[in-house]
Amino acid sequence: MDDIVKEFLIESAENLDRLDSTLVELEKSPNNHELLADIFRNIHSIKGTTSFLGFPRLEAVAHAGENLLSKLRDGVLLLNPQITSALLTMVDVIREMLDHIDQNRNDGENDYLPLIAKIQKLQEAEVIPPSFAGGPVGESTQEKEHESSAITGIAATAPDSALGGMFATARIVPAPLEDPKTEHKPRLGELLSQSGAVDEAALQSALEKQAKGDTRKLGEILIDAGAAKPGDVLDALITQGQNKDQSGDRTIRVGVNLLERLMDLVGELVLTRNQIVQYASVQRDSNFLAVSQRLNLVTSDMREIIMKTRMQPMQNVMGKFPRMVRDLALSCEKLVRVELQGQDTELDRTLLEAIKDPLTHLVRNAVDHGIERPEARTAAGKSQEGCLILRAYHEGGQVNIEVSDDGAGLNNQRLLRKAVEKGLISQAQADRMKPHEIANLIFHAGFSTAEKITNVSGRGVGMDVVKTNIERVGGTVDVQSVLGKGTTLRMKIPLTLAIIPVLIVRTANRRFAIPQVSLLELLRLEAEKAERAIEFVHGAPVYRLRGSLLPLLFLDKELQLDGTGQVSTTATPEQSNKTLNIVVLQVEGNQFGLVVDAINDAEEIVVKPLGQHLKNITAFAGATVMGDGEVALILDVMGLAQGGHLLSEPRKAASKEVVEETAAVVDDQKQEFLLFRTANRRRTAVPLAIVDRLEEFKPEQFEMAGGQVVVQYRGELLPIANMSDVLNLVTDNAANPVSKALVCTHRGRRIGIVVDQILDVAEEAVELESRWKDQHSSGSAVVQKHVTDFLDLEAILGRTLVETDAMPEEAVTL
Amino acid sequence: MNEKQFCTFFVNDLLFGVDVMDVEEIMSQHKVEPVPLAPQTVAGLVNHRGQIVTAINMRQRLGFPNRAQGERCMMLIARARDETFGLLVDKIGDVCSVKQEDFEPTPETVTPEAKELVLGAYKMPNHLLMPLSLSKVAEIVR
Repeated sequence: MDDIVKEFLIESAENLDRLDSTLVELEKSPNNHELLADIFRNIHSIKGTTSFLGFPRLEAVAHAGENLLSKLRDGVLLLNPQITSALLTMVDVIREMLDHIDQNRNDGENDYLPLIAKIQKLQEAEVIPPSFAGGPVGESTQEKEHESSAITGIAATAPDSALGGMFATARIVPAPLEDPKTEHKPRLGELLSQSGAVDEAALQSALEKQAKGDTRKLGEILIDAGAAKPGDVLDALITQGQNKDQSGDRTIRVGVNLLERLMDLVGELVLTRNQIVQYASVQRDSNFLAVSQRLNLVTSDMREIIMKTRMQPMQNVMGKFPRMVRDLALSCEKLVRVELQGQDTELDRTLLEAIKDPLTHLVRNAVDHGIERPEARTAAGKSQEGCLILRAYHEGGQVNIEVSDDGAGLNNQRLLRKAVEKGLISQAQADRMKPHEIANLIFHAGFSTAEKITNVSGRGVGMDVVKTNIERVGGTVDVQSVLGKGTTLRMKIPLTLAIIPVLIVRTANRRFAIPQVSLLELLRLEAEKAERAIEFVHGAPVYRLRGSLLPLLFLDKELQLDGTGQVSTTATPEQSNKTLNIVVLQVEGNQFGLVVDAINDAEEIVVKPLGQHLKNITAFAGATVMGDGEVALILDVMGLAQGGHLLSEPRKAASKEVVEETAAVVDDQKQEFLLFRTANRRRTAVPLAIVDRLEEFKPEQFEMAGGQVVVQYRGELLPIANMSDVLNLVTDNAANPVSKALVCTHRGRRIGIVVDQILDVAEEAVELESRWKDQHSSGSAVVQKHVTDFLDLEAILGRTLVETDAMPEEAVTL
Repeated sequence: MNEKQFCTFFVNDLLFGVDVMDVEEIMSQHKVEPVPLAPQTVAGLVNHRGQIVTAINMRQRLGFPNRAQGERCMMLIARARDETFGLLVDKIGDVCSVKQEDFEPTPETVTPEAKELVLGAYKMPNHLLMPLSLSKVAEIVR
């Protein structure tokens, strides 16, 4: 295709996108002349180029639109929803034709005569005050013969050639090098007299008026005095505005491929730099060292800047919403105002693509379900017009995107009823759920509370798809809602996909990268413990993680690196002899443990796609070049889980997980306790959250520091609240040569608590009976059918801390 | 204009060639990272100037027995099907110009796997040069 046509297509596509938003904006402020001028210029330049390139049908449509716009511009017509709709339809039609040109090199067979007729009819229509009352176009319009002919007369006196000349003038005005707001900006008066729209005398008198203190703008004075036509003044304003644009335009178009190649090259440069810096460190030549340091800095800067070239403003996605919301609101017969905030927030372009659909869905949902009809809003004591706020902002290395409406909000009772009805949760769980969890039920697959299915939304797919899509790019989505006040959906998206944090693991002497998004925790089991740690359920290996069974996958077997390709039902001898490293991963609400040989480092890596031969291997998400220049594969956690048949029942598992999760969060009275027995056989409980480790100390390790029993522990002194001391008990050291001690952290201070025997971990909501409370326990309660004392850590720690604080400073510094 | 230039290489002592214009580079030092679960013909991944390139084991691809462990091989970086590939070959030969009149259809003696890829044979003074279709070579085989 000719370059000129290609350029025209790209330029027009951008112009049309802008038209969408400016038209909607114009609807809100129909008298904004600058907006009108912008729209007019847009259509005019499309029309001009099409006639030049020879696309007669497209030209006809654009011409009709231009005529209608010139009426609006001249103030003969006032904008109303019908005109806006017609103009927006025209934009769509032009877009369609441009697509056709792109594919077939001609503007198609369709003449769009009905649209042109409609636009022409609107030109002759009576001036209708802007109102919401819609109705089919043309029905409510009455024609007044005399007025309509008068309008036609004006239209005829604004010949295109004059306008064309105007724009030609605008184009050859050289772009000022300095700030356009300084004296180089052409003055309105100059432009008007240059184009011959006003004579010199009228201009002078107007300028004199202004000098005498008339606060009106020059254009207004001229129009009021009848010295200039509104249209001419507008044209001059357009010209003025164009000059502004020309100098402000400091961007160039660069192909994405080029940027991607640049990215690759920078990656390679970084590797080379690493090697040189390494080499330089063993050299004696100080000059070389200095130069390599400089190279180091420059390369880092360069990499950062290249990364920035991939970033695009949210505007590219958000800019389309005002138009969409307007059309939606009209079809739902609602009044919706859209507010966009933080449009210049930047995001990686691949991510921007990825969130486009989910975000669109959220906006549609908000208009369709969130915001009520005007009459319902009035009844609820709200303004007729609903407000939809789209907000994007950076926070903690992430981009937050919020879609909030001031609509009806989520009805939690109805959500719960639906969820129980559909079997997503049990009634008992429903009773325990907190409002926040209830709201998040909407992200369940197959969950929809819309009473009727509209063509916009309500088919029960959607919110779960939104969630899946957002999570796929490493983001999260969350909903908050107040009944009757509105709903806010917040997405958190990482800044870039190209560089992700990973954990490097080793298996069969090979390195693999695991994305940290799916990483929950790391477990390391020492050899003797590892032997018994893995159990088998119907041949499937599992590990007991805090009471629940964690299915295990052996990475070497999954990748057939052990040569067998079979998952054996017994732990192999090698495995039982060495420590076991389990990476606990989570995908789509399912947890599983991945057994690897070794866990290396956390790193940030550049993700590269795999070639066509390897794309089908679900176990891998891509590959990366490591710091040493070698290639490592990135594991696809989802693919691994599927390969291990861990996702066979995703729906069920997912709902179970939510239930578990909510149960853990909802019952804030419910706490996990570690139950242990002190030397005097008293059952005692301490919150599990504060317990760091269980350690064993030999009697000789206990030392005294200023009256306080301490143990040298990890390079510091750990005060010991010896139960035989604090609780006035005697430990039988002869029978029990090593003392077990819980290492707890409370309020940032560590303390060791000597215990006799660890009993269990219990999760219970307790009500403390404080009748038998003493100085060491805050009370007692029945836990697992036994009376249990609850350790008053505050008191014990307080006492110990006083003593340790009194410890001489030298004890530490010596 | 009936002269063509081929970048030639040896696999299992047979001389093959690909269009010289498709070849980007020849590498003697390279580290191939094997990919678990990958098709047999894929030797692994190679870092080629910061780009990750799939390396194809040409012995496997042409149906010959694998090289002995530790035997040296060369890699030819070429573009095919909009992707860059590395072809692992035994030895790199010269760049040869061939004449159309020396062309013969594919000899019957080649392996069935090779027959798919070989476009024919050019009679050279000492060898037969068998031109390969790169896009066929890059085709996915399981």
